[in-house]
Amino acid sequence: MSELIKLVEADNAQRRTALPVFRAGDTVNVHVKIREGAKERIQIFTGTVIQRRNPNTGGETFTVRKISNGIGVERIFPLLSPNVDKIDVVRLGKVRRARLFYLRGRQGKAARVKERIAKPTQVAVAA
Amino acid sequence: MSGLIGKKIGMTSVYNADGQALACTVIETGPCVVTQVRTKDKDGYEAVQLGYGEKKEKHANKPMLGHFKAANTTPKRKLVEFKEFEQSFNLGDTLQVADVFGEGDFVDVVGTAKGRGFQGVVKRHGFGGVGGQTHGQHNRGRHPGSIGACSFPSRVFKGLRMAGRMGGNRVTVQNLRVLRVLPEQNLLVISGSIPGAKNSFVIIEK
Repeated sequence: MSELIKLVEADNAQRRTALPVFRAGDTVNVHVKIREGAKERIQIFTGTVIQRRNPNTGGETFTVRKISNGIGVERIFPLLSPNVDKIDVVRLGKVRRARLFYLRGRQGKAARVKERIAKPTQVAVAA
Repeated sequence: MSGLIGKKIGMTSVYNADGQALACTVIETGPCVVTQVRTKDKDGYEAVQLGYGEKKEKHANKPMLGHFKAANTTPKRKLVEFKEFEQSFNLGDTLQVADVFGEGDFVDVVGTAKGRGFQGVVKRHGFGGVGGQTHGQHNRGRHPGSIGACSFPSRVFKGLRMAGRMGGNRVTVQNLRVLRVLPEQNLLVISGSIPGAKNSFVIIEK
């Protein structure tokens, strides 16, 4: 890619360094900025990351799935969007694929993801 | 219209304050040099001729070398006239991006579309093709269909849209918003797409 385009995307690169390392299977808290008229507040969406799309591009997104009142809810967040205030990794998941669409067909105990024990080299997980 | 000459660098996306990802084109533009000033007395109209892009001296012919010398600059690859600049200029003045464009401005971009070669009517003119694959349809899925009636007029009308060479023509895209101006790098970030290949010259008009 052109160096000049990288200059334009400099904001994205900076934002990316501020984000934690997470992958499919991890449980995350996504702090989303919500604008209500002139007021702005932060809402937290907690769930399992089931995929990351277009990795390492400005348009990278990730999908978070949670069960809300017995109903599966999925939200897709643009990773570098200014509306995503913060991402906390709550729990690491041990999974064998990059896209966890199999979780969609499962309920209760079957929809669990095994915990992965972080290697010592990896960055400590925020609580 | 006032404007500048530039070079298409490529496309990317940026986020606006609302968190929307906007597709945008990065254009390198300026510094442009005033190579000629057209005046009402001399030429019958007011305009400014700008030059952009370096050219080797051996690639410029002698009359053009003299033209550039008069403006006290090096040979330029692209020369374009712009009307209706608000300021007045002298020969050899340079214009930077930030002098002409600001964030939020609406601009028109003129470029040369990518050449597509000989294309059929579906791609070239947006014809729908014949339709289905079944009901006895043979092998004419992307054909134009009938090009005229039989005994009257018993000819094909002039200008009927058919297959042929596509692209490579001058295309103007209007009302693109300037998302960002980077004066140090001579860059302009414009929302949406513009015609032409990367590294092709474009004219940005305000």
